[in-house]
Amino acid sequence: MIKTAVTLAAIFLVAACGPTTPSSTGPARTTVTVFAAASLQPAFDRIGQKLQSTHNVVTTFSYAGTQTLTTQLTQGAPADVFASADVAHMTTIESGGLIRGQLALFAHNRLEIAVAKGNPKGIHTLADLARSGLVVVLADASVPAGKYAQQALAKAKVTVHPASLEQQVTGVLSKVALGEADAGIVYVSDIVTSGQVDGVAIPDAQNVIADYPIAVLKGTQNLTGATEFVDLVLSTEGQAILRAAGFEGV
Amino acid sequence: MRRAKTPAAIGLLAALGLLLFLLPLAGLVIRAPWNQALGELADPTTTTALGLSIFCSLSSTGIALILGIPLAMILARTRGTLRNLLRALTTLPMVLPPVAGGVALELAFGRRGLVGSLLYQAFGIQIPFTTAAAVMAETFVAMPFLVIAVEAGLRSLDHRYEEAARSLGAGYWRVFTRVTLPLLRPAIFSGAVLCWARALGEFGATITFAGNFPGRTQTVPIAVYLALESKPEAAITLSLILLVVSVAILVGMRDRWLGAL
Repeated sequence: MIKTAVTLAAIFLVAACGPTTPSSTGPARTTVTVFAAASLQPAFDRIGQKLQSTHNVVTTFSYAGTQTLTTQLTQGAPADVFASADVAHMTTIESGGLIRGQLALFAHNRLEIAVAKGNPKGIHTLADLARSGLVVVLADASVPAGKYAQQALAKAKVTVHPASLEQQVTGVLSKVALGEADAGIVYVSDIVTSGQVDGVAIPDAQNVIADYPIAVLKGTQNLTGATEFVDLVLSTEGQAILRAAGFEGV
Repeated sequence: MRRAKTPAAIGLLAALGLLLFLLPLAGLVIRAPWNQALGELADPTTTTALGLSIFCSLSSTGIALILGIPLAMILARTRGTLRNLLRALTTLPMVLPPVAGGVALELAFGRRGLVGSLLYQAFGIQIPFTTAAAVMAETFVAMPFLVIAVEAGLRSLDHRYEEAARSLGAGYWRVFTRVTLPLLRPAIFSGAVLCWARALGEFGATITFAGNFPGRTQTVPIAVYLALESKPEAAITLSLILLVVSVAILVGMRDRWLGAL
């Protein structure tokens, strides 16, 4: 099917007689499937649009908790690129022999406390999360964001009693945004792009830096498109999009 | 009259359909880590999830019996447009994707929901993230199965028994408890079993509305889903338990169940 698509795209390109400037409205040259950590959605959606307008490559994203994507990939889910929210899960994929070439770190993220707009509960530190009567939601410890949150709470020597352990960091964010939870620990980037919650900074001494690696997968059916996507993520342009979405560049 | 011979194509398609059911079950049984299964059964995560699942599914079946039988009685008494409307509303949770049901529950009973906001402001009660939320989610999804079964039973009921009892001087409640309910027993039973089985398997509405926390809202299906990512053997064992329970229901209730439907 992909062969057919490539052939069709080639015919269109020849017919258009303008291979140097493919139009963004023209038919897609190829498609790339990217498995990406849920926190990457706002930034990667924009990078995907960029790739379509500059390279005429359509990107299909599957966003979920990194641990979910890792399970899917080890069970043979077809994808071209994997972007993880921690190095540990990428290492699992790498040691499974599923990566083509090298993995590259492309972004960092920090943790922040998400609270309702205006911070009505007056939450200012991680220690405040231990207050009784406060509904706190975290990501499950199997999710990178949950693991990082546990590390931060351990550094701050705080014990919280979460109301729920979500399967992806965006689940934590939505519980706070919906008003069901008073606070949750998410990434800075989640708060920057959400617009529905306020962020309470966590001091560096207690914070944890999340490393995001990306790699082309061995089973890729579209090596050119996959490489183009990874290159764009690592380029000045891609890094600017990531920074605008609240990530720290590399 | 001789029955026409079934064409081979129909037999082939039927066999394919059967395989679609059987192969996954075979996979579960064959790939199950039998030597670890007992260990997994003793694992606190498993036992906690099982205990919670049993509690929640039985509670929601109980609530469905208390609210569902009267609802079925009203449904059986109505005719025309009203009946169609009520029926559509009652069966909606059967066709609604459970996750959408969970979102709807949140918008009604969440802290900022239609009713939930009043509860929260007046009494400081928050339903989401509690076991009550898990029970509500399961009831929402499972009660229609009971209502439909009981309504069907009521419609096929021979009302002369009730009339006879009334003519002999029995009051409404006496007729209801001594005549109507006993006559309805097969329908109520099969409806309750279906309702309970559906509640036991509930995932989408529960995880959306009640969240996930061991011992509070993490039922077996949610534990299976989570374990698949960290401990696949535990996920297979838990799935196997659900399979055994389902088969036990099917075998144990076969006659009464099929007879009533």
